[in-house]
Amino acid sequence: MKLDARLTEKVVFFLLLLATLVIVVPVFLIAGLIVKNGFAALSWEFLTQSPRLGMRAGGIFPAIVGTMYLVFGTAVFALPAGIFAAVYLCEYAKESRLTRIIDVAIVNLAGVPSVVYGLFGLGLFVVFLKFGTSILSGSLTLAIMSLPVIVTASREALNSVPQSFREVSLALGATRWQTISRVVLPNALPGIITGAILAISRAAGETAPILFTVAAFYLPRLPQTLFDQCMALPYHLYVISTQVPNLKPHIQYGTTLVLILMILIMNLTAVFIRAHFRKKKQW
Amino acid sequence: MKSVRRIWNRIVEFVIEKAIFLAGILSIVFVVLIFVFLLKEGLSLFKEYSPLAFLFGTKWYPISHPPSFGIVPLLLGSVVVTLGSIVIAVPLGVGAAIYVGEVAPVWLREILKATVEFLAAIPSIVLGFIGLVTLVPLVKQVFHLQTGLTAISGSIMLAFMAMPTIVSMMEDALRAVPSSYRYGAIALGATRWQTIWRVMLPAASSGMLAAVMLGIGRVIGETMAVMMITGNAAGIPTSLMQPVRTMTATIAAEMGEAVQGSDHYFSLFAIGIVLFIITFAINLTAAFFINRRSKA
Repeated sequence: MKLDARLTEKVVFFLLLLATLVIVVPVFLIAGLIVKNGFAALSWEFLTQSPRLGMRAGGIFPAIVGTMYLVFGTAVFALPAGIFAAVYLCEYAKESRLTRIIDVAIVNLAGVPSVVYGLFGLGLFVVFLKFGTSILSGSLTLAIMSLPVIVTASREALNSVPQSFREVSLALGATRWQTISRVVLPNALPGIITGAILAISRAAGETAPILFTVAAFYLPRLPQTLFDQCMALPYHLYVISTQVPNLKPHIQYGTTLVLILMILIMNLTAVFIRAHFRKKKQW
Repeated sequence: MKSVRRIWNRIVEFVIEKAIFLAGILSIVFVVLIFVFLLKEGLSLFKEYSPLAFLFGTKWYPISHPPSFGIVPLLLGSVVVTLGSIVIAVPLGVGAAIYVGEVAPVWLREILKATVEFLAAIPSIVLGFIGLVTLVPLVKQVFHLQTGLTAISGSIMLAFMAMPTIVSMMEDALRAVPSSYRYGAIALGATRWQTIWRVMLPAASSGMLAAVMLGIGRVIGETMAVMMITGNAAGIPTSLMQPVRTMTATIAAEMGEAVQGSDHYFSLFAIGIVLFIITFAINLTAAFFINRRSKA
């Protein structure tokens, strides 16, 4: 009986390991494939020139710049809104029907499919507010998509600041906002920034929300204003892997690698910030 | 002087409090706005087209004369691909979550978790491209098909996109089980596996159900990868081995061509309404399971 149980355990644990490997091994294969083929495509020309000959030659410079604009735009809109929303939920609001509704709204906002955000951005920003297909419309759409993640991460960071910090500050005669802006927020900042970077790196890789709000197939020059369209890496990858026949695959892999590297650098920055401040934290 | 400063402080305080309150209710505003805008555009379709023909129509011919906007093939396309991916992702995800959370040694656990997080960070467009160049030819060869752009390819790809959600949420659920449960079982002479199977899994079941729901939500809303590798044929699917077209892919693929203000344009928003309602229901269910866990 006892031996039986031991044997069962061994067999089951082996099966569990197998299941894990089925998930993990392809990830390494995918990473290997992208790195191997992608690095072969990388060159100074590839990173700094526009596509030529109908995307079949040249580089991806405008797409890199476009994605950077969108990342920046998303951060500008989403960060203040997300952080303030978290401050409201953690520092001001009492547990009430309203906060419960806000919670439900955040959960649902996080679950709305990205293509529906695209529709919404098209309906509200592009058509109704007449921003047109532009960097502004795209950034706003991506910002709303990132909002729930930023709020959730900021809340966690704010909640991890000890209650006594607030009490001491208030006891010394500081107002509520002084306490929040000079005591609570600085202590919560590393956590907030980490969460925000992760959320925005997610937005950088999204294609569906920018499909109808900003992305351009090909632009002869870089965007000049917020109301211009721009190219973007994810959309460019979509275009060159489905719409352009007879393309040398190294351009696709190169674009993929650049996109993945951008996201990875953002993620690693977030991880680094988290680790750095965790060490410094004294409470 | 002092009192001026105090009044100033009070004004600042007042303004900031209002601004913060506004930011706080922003998520409610956006959920409502999203729904309103989907409704505003989507319902315009039904001025001339019958809602019943939309919901129960079996033909999606948006640009023929007269057009036909039957959503059934697209809905079934989404359902088939989603079911397929869940059948693949749930057993593997549960297995991996148990292995990572309960069985693996600490050093391996960290590597596995980092790998799963990396998988979660890969954009769907990249997985779509990789699927297109690796999985699609493989499926074609293995199943001897004319094309590898089929529902099964989409299901496999989507399973990989659902797994990070499923694995990390289930692992959280397992970790949330009080250690005393585990120690109790072990002290009574149970093996580790008996402890996991009879004690840990039942105790974590609510959280695990929530993980599956969120996984389904992620899969049904997934757009780019699905559009690239399922073949996009808007027929009624009869097997996993044929091309299908999902609701999300239809919106993404056709919005570019649809003329603004045309019935075709409105019909894509109408699909958006259906998607919104489905994911809303899924997320509410998941939230219900999570709340039940935190109360227990």
